[in-house]
Amino acid sequence: MERVAIQVRVNGVEHRHEVEPRTLLVHYLRETLGLTGTHVGCDTSQCGACTVLLDGKAVKSCTLFAVQADGREVLTVEGLSQDGLHPVQEGFREKHGLQCGFCTPGMVMAAYALLQENPNPTEEEVRHYLEGNLCRCTGYQGIVEAVFWAAERMRAAQAAD
Amino acid sequence: MPYVGQAVKRKEDYRFLTGRGAYTDDLTLPGMVHAAFVRSPYAHARIRAIRTEAALKAPGVLAVLTGEDFAREGVKPMPVGWLLPTLKIPPRPVVAKDEVHHVGEIVAVVVAETRAQAEDAALLVEVDYEPLSPAADLRKALAPGAPELHPEAPGNVAFTWEIGDEKAVEEAFAKAHKVVRLSLRQQRLIPNAIEPRASLAAYNPGTGEYTLYTTSQNPHVHRLMHAAFILGIPEPKLRVVAPDVGGAFGSKIFPYPEEAAVLVAARQVGRPVKWAARRTESFLMDAHGRDHETEAEMAFDAEGRVLGLRVRTLANMGAYLSLFAPAIPTYLYGTLLSGQYRIPAIYCHVTGVFTNTTPVDAYRGAGRPEASYILERLMDLAAEEFGVDPADLRRKNFIPKDAFPYATPVALVYDSGNYEEAFQKALELVGYWNLRKEQAELRAKGRYLGIGLSCYIEACGLAPSKVVGQLGAQAGLWESALVRVAPTGKVEVYTGSHSHGQGHETAFSQVVADLLGVSLEDVEIVHGDTGRIPFGMGTYGSRSAPVGLSAVVRAVEKVLDKARRIAAHLLEVAPEDLEYREGRFEVKGVPGKAKGFQEVALQAYLAHNLPEGMEPGLEATAFFDPSNFVFPFGTHVAVVEVFPETGEVKLLRYVAVDDCGPQINPLLVKGQVEGGVVQGIAQALLEEGVYDENGQLLTTSYMEYAMPRAAHIPRIEHGHTVTPSPVNPLGVKGIGEAGTIAAAQAVVNAVMDALRPFGVRHLDMPLTPEKIWRALRDRVPVAAD
Repeated sequence: MERVAIQVRVNGVEHRHEVEPRTLLVHYLRETLGLTGTHVGCDTSQCGACTVLLDGKAVKSCTLFAVQADGREVLTVEGLSQDGLHPVQEGFREKHGLQCGFCTPGMVMAAYALLQENPNPTEEEVRHYLEGNLCRCTGYQGIVEAVFWAAERMRAAQAAD
Repeated sequence: MPYVGQAVKRKEDYRFLTGRGAYTDDLTLPGMVHAAFVRSPYAHARIRAIRTEAALKAPGVLAVLTGEDFAREGVKPMPVGWLLPTLKIPPRPVVAKDEVHHVGEIVAVVVAETRAQAEDAALLVEVDYEPLSPAADLRKALAPGAPELHPEAPGNVAFTWEIGDEKAVEEAFAKAHKVVRLSLRQQRLIPNAIEPRASLAAYNPGTGEYTLYTTSQNPHVHRLMHAAFILGIPEPKLRVVAPDVGGAFGSKIFPYPEEAAVLVAARQVGRPVKWAARRTESFLMDAHGRDHETEAEMAFDAEGRVLGLRVRTLANMGAYLSLFAPAIPTYLYGTLLSGQYRIPAIYCHVTGVFTNTTPVDAYRGAGRPEASYILERLMDLAAEEFGVDPADLRRKNFIPKDAFPYATPVALVYDSGNYEEAFQKALELVGYWNLRKEQAELRAKGRYLGIGLSCYIEACGLAPSKVVGQLGAQAGLWESALVRVAPTGKVEVYTGSHSHGQGHETAFSQVVADLLGVSLEDVEIVHGDTGRIPFGMGTYGSRSAPVGLSAVVRAVEKVLDKARRIAAHLLEVAPEDLEYREGRFEVKGVPGKAKGFQEVALQAYLAHNLPEGMEPGLEATAFFDPSNFVFPFGTHVAVVEVFPETGEVKLLRYVAVDDCGPQINPLLVKGQVEGGVVQGIAQALLEEGVYDENGQLLTTSYMEYAMPRAAHIPRIEHGHTVTPSPVNPLGVKGIGEAGTIAAAQAVVNAVMDALRPFGVRHLDMPLTPEKIWRALRDRVPVAAD
C-alpha cells in the first residue's frame, strides 16, 4: 500500500514518518511512536479512551487519520506534565477519579481541555463535557470531583501569576 | 498512625495518570505478528467447507488455521468448572469445525505481519455455511419441536436445579392471607470493561515453554485451564501474565477460545502472536450476564409477615456453558432468596436453557442481583396490596440483629448483620418521611415523584472449599499469599488475588505496613503473574479482602513469628518476653533493649547467628480457606421524577448505606460503591443486549448499547454501618459488587412508585423513555387518595 510522508509535533517533539493513508492517529501514536498511554476502547469514537489534543482541541484520535495531523501539534497524556503530575492528574489521584486506569488518559485529556476552555465550570457543564468519555469503574463521581479540585488549583495558580 | 481505616491515596495511580500503565495491548515482543478471527455471521449453521487459499496468498499472511487444524493438534474443548447433577455439557470447541451455535463463534484464525493485513485477509476466507433454524429465544428454545443446539441436551435443557422445601412452601401458601405474584425478565447485560480483551502468546521451541499475556482476573486459573484442559501440556510449561487489566466485572474470569487460539498459533508460526478485540468482538464474545425469566410468588399472613416464597426461573445459558456459568443461576442465585428477611419457607426451581446466543457467565454481582431484585420488587408490590408503606413492610420482616448466625431455608448461614441499623440510617439520610409528604403534594399538582427502597444482601468470599466442592465447584476457593522480606527489611507480598481497578496495591500495603510497623512505601504488592506468585484463585465475587487479604495476614503472622524468634535469640531472651511495636521487638519492661525489624531481616539472611537449627531467610507462604462466606448488606434509596409526556426518568437522589465490616480504605470503598451503583442504575434504565429472532445480536457497539455516561448519574450520597464478620482475621466483608446488587431495584421501585397513580404494576428493565411512554399513553392518572 502507498505511504504518505507526515510531519507531526507530538508532546513538543518533531516526528517525520511515512504512514499508510488508512493509519488512524491513535495507531500512529501507539505503534509508530510507542506512546501507549492513548488507548483504544471502542473503534466507533464513542468511549473517548483515545482522546488527545490536536492544536489544543480535544479530539478522539481513533476518528482521525494520521495524515490529518500532518503539520499539526498533538498533546498526549505522556506530554501533559514534564515534571511530576499536572494539577488535572493530581486531582484524579486526590479524588479517586480512576480505578483500572484504562479510560484515565482520555479522561484526563478531556478534563484538561475542558478547563482550558472553561476554567470555572458548573457540575452540569463538567458532566456534559465528559459525555464523550466512558468510564465503567468509577461511576464518574470521583472524576467530577477531580475536575473541580483541578479547576480550583489551576485558578489559584493563574491568580498567583 | 495506622494506615488501615485511612483514605490513603492510591500507590498505583501515578503510572495510570501519566500513560505508563502496561495493558496487554500495549505490549510488543520482538518478531510479534497479529491474529484476526473469522467469525460466524449465523446464529446456527453447518459448516460445509472452508476455503483459505485466497487468504493465504494475501500480503503478509503467515497462516490460516481452521477447526480441522485445531482438531489435528489435539486441542480440547473449553472446560466447565462447576458441575450440577443434571448438567449436560456439549463440547465448546476453540475453533468450530462442523457447526456454529452463535454469531461471533470462531471459524478460522488468520495470522499476518500486521493487524491490518490479518483483518484484510480474514475477509478473504470463504466459509460455505448451511444455515440452520436458530433457537434464539428462551421460550422458543423450550417449545416442542424447537431446533436443538446439541444432541447431548435434548429439548435444549442444560440442567434443572432446585433448592428449598417445596412442600413446606405449599403449606405456607395454603394458609396465606395474601399472595403477591410477579412475572419478570432480568435482561441480558454485556459487561463492557473499557479495555477490550487482548492476548499475546509466545512459544519457545527450545524449551517448549509458552507465555501468555492476557486480560485475566485470575492468571493461575487461566493457566490451569489452558495448559491442563485445553492444550494438554504440563502447567509449568505455560506462564500466564495478566499485566495491568482495564476493568473486568467478571468478564475476564474465564478462559476464552481466543486465548487458546493465539497460543496454538504462536507455536505454529514460531513467532509471538497478538490479538486485541475490536469492541464488536467484545460484544459478541465476552461472556454476557443475567438473562432470566422468572415467576415469583410471595405469601403473607394478615399482619404482613412473609410466610413463604416460590420462584421458578428460566435461565438463558447461551450456546455453550462458560466456565462458571452453571453456578450463577443456581448456587449464587437460589441461595440468596432469603435476602434480609426472615422467610420460613423458600423453594426455587431453575431450568438452564441453551439458545443460539453468546454464552453467559458471571457479571458483577452474578446471581445475587437477580435474587435481590425479585425480593425487593415483591416487597414493594406487597406493600401496595396491603396498603402500607414499603418501609414499614420491610422493617416488619427483617432478620433481627440478635439472630446471627442465621440459617436461611436455602442453605446459607449468615455470618453477622444488623439490617435495621443500615435501613434506619438510609431513611434518615434521604429524609424518607418528608419525601413521602413532598411526593403527595407534587402528585396533587400532576408531578410524579418516586421513592425506591432496596435492602440487599450479598454473599462474598465463597467458602469453605469442602462445602463448595460438595455443591459442584471443581476448584478450591481459598487464597494464597507469599510474604518475602528482603535483607534490607523491605517487603514483597505475592498474592493470588488480582487487581483490575480495585486498588489492591494500596489496600494490601496498608494492612501489611500496619502489621509489620513499616511504612507504606516499604511494601510492594506483586500479583498477576504465574511466574512470580504462588498458586491462587484470583479476584471475583468480592473475595480479595475477605479471602485474599486474610491469606496475606496469615503469611505476615508467620514471618513475624520467625522474626520474633530471631530477635529473641539476638537479645538473649525468650520470644514471649518480646513485644512488637512500631517495627521493633522490645524486651518487655526493659526500655531501650530492642531489635528493629530491618536488623532482624538482615540477620535472617546473613545467617551468622541464628537459633540452633533455624533455616536462613525471612519469608512465609499461607493458604487461607475461610470457614464461611461473608455477607455484606445495606439499604439503598433512589428518588426519581418521571415525566409522563415523554416517559423520561430523572434521577434526583441516590443514597447508599453499606456495611462491609471495617473499612481498610474508605476512599476505595466509596469508589467501589459508586462504580457498582452506576452499573445497577444503568441496568435499570439503559442497558440491554438485544437479539433478533434469528439470533443476530443487534447491540454490537456503543451506538446501540446504551452505556451510562457522566450526565446520566446524580451525585451518590453515602452512609456506612460497621458489622464485623467473625470468619476472617480482619472482620472484613467484600464491597466490589454491593452497589450493582442493590441499585437496579432501588431505581425500578422508585419509577414504579412514581407511576402508581397510573395503575402500572410492573415494567421490565431497562425502563427506557419509550417503554414508559408506551405503558402510560392509554392511561390517565388516578387522583391521589
